[in-house]
Amino acid sequence: MKIKTLLLFTCLVGLGAPALADDPNLARNLAATCANCHGTNGHAVDAGTPGTMGALAGVPAEDLMTKLSAFRADLVPATIMHQIAKGFTEEQLQLIAEYFAAQPR
Amino acid sequence: MLNRRAFLKAVGSIAATTGALGGLASYAYAKENSGGHVIVVGGGWGGNTAAKYLRMWSNGAIKVTLIEPSSRFVSCPISNLVVGGLKQIDDITMSYETLSKRWGVNLVHDRVTRIDVAARKVGLSNGDTLDYDRLVLSPGIDFLTDEIEGLSGNEERIPHAWKAGPQTALLRQQLEAMEDGGVVAIHIPKVPYRCPPGPYERACLVSNYLKQQKPRSKVLLLDANPDIQSKKGLFQAAFEERYSGILEYVPNSTLLSVDASSLTAELEFSEVKADVLNVIPPMRSGRLVDQLGVELINDRWVDVDWLTMEAKGAPNVHVLGDATFPAPTMPKSGHMANQHGKIAAAAIINLLAGQAPNPAPVAVNTCYSFVDDTNVIHVASVHQFDAEKGTLMPVEGAGGVSSAPNAFEGRYALSWANNVWTDMLG
Repeated sequence: MKIKTLLLFTCLVGLGAPALADDPNLARNLAATCANCHGTNGHAVDAGTPGTMGALAGVPAEDLMTKLSAFRADLVPATIMHQIAKGFTEEQLQLIAEYFAAQPR
Repeated sequence: MLNRRAFLKAVGSIAATTGALGGLASYAYAKENSGGHVIVVGGGWGGNTAAKYLRMWSNGAIKVTLIEPSSRFVSCPISNLVVGGLKQIDDITMSYETLSKRWGVNLVHDRVTRIDVAARKVGLSNGDTLDYDRLVLSPGIDFLTDEIEGLSGNEERIPHAWKAGPQTALLRQQLEAMEDGGVVAIHIPKVPYRCPPGPYERACLVSNYLKQQKPRSKVLLLDANPDIQSKKGLFQAAFEERYSGILEYVPNSTLLSVDASSLTAELEFSEVKADVLNVIPPMRSGRLVDQLGVELINDRWVDVDWLTMEAKGAPNVHVLGDATFPAPTMPKSGHMANQHGKIAAAAIINLLAGQAPNPAPVAVNTCYSFVDDTNVIHVASVHQFDAEKGTLMPVEGAGGVSSAPNAFEGRYALSWANNVWTDMLG
């Protein structure tokens, strides 16, 4: 864990990405805001049962971004996600999508 | 940008391999309990989340002791369904076992009686003293029953049912025992109180029960506030369309005194005689915070640094949930307390490692309310840290409420509950 964190931190500093270098665990922290509904690390309870929240773990980042962008733009029917997706920047959503994509299903 | 994405993907695959080991198995790679000791006081929505996430995110390096007097967790959210007869108390009662068995949280079922901020020690009612590096307090709320004459000591006769558990079951029993034609009076204190939409949901679900089982009965919703405090238009419509003739909403109803023997409520301008009297008293942060020696805002709430949840004036002590003086428009909700727990856990891990806390925390709130057996409305908001203002600010243009009560969200509300319960206890 520590080696991974260090590696991430060093690499991000190396890349000179100012918004991301702030906290090496930014993606993890942002993704944790979704866990209340979509499960810890995206492992939703009873995922797949109709009328339950979708699991996000292991979903390709491109797919998640397509959905989130559509919610943000009110292009798809939604009960709540259109309101929540608008609360994050595009860059934050990208970090969240990458984080969940990397979680084992 | 492409480079960064490609890089994050590469990191992601490392995370996937280590993450696949999951839970305790991966602790073999961390020096167990080598990263300091955090004591979490209060096994509710904030405390449970902080305890689990501290263990999970530190990979077991931080020792976590959770101190909670109750042997079982009872959920406030969904408890109105028990009051309304749609769920049983067992449905909202859960074990703390997974926190200890899966996550290695050291559970102590006792009550904290003393906190020494300078010496970083807490004292338990059994006489033990425990040392901490950082302390997390999630003490919830305590009632100011003395502000309503005649209420103190009568909560068996006049339940609040605003802390889930025996009080929830008691209010349900009283409703079941009431004869058709009876009057149920529910009193809402002035804001701020725990769970802004909660009393209006309760009024709906009690009315729903009476409409089906005891249709000659009445519900009086006596609100000390001048208006409905959450999801106003939606609740107003629910009152009028679903419960016309049963539910009467009475704003500006400040409760002065109660008579426990006759179940009479004396309001500022009138008097109400009830068969079931449910008084939600005015409230403040859990009295445990008085041990910190900090000045409370409005004598009730703890001022915190929103980057870390650290209490202002009490170094190394983080306060979560309903006990905090909220950031602008932030509700006192279980969902929000869970988010506080995660902000605190992330900050504490950084601070114990000598690193700066995340400078850009985000908190989301989602709150579902049932208006009848199956139909639900929500309110949602997203709060981003604003460095200039030094607090979490609601994002303009984000958040909002349901367009109308609907059965989709009736199912999502229960799925939300299962997920958030598992997120903090599973």
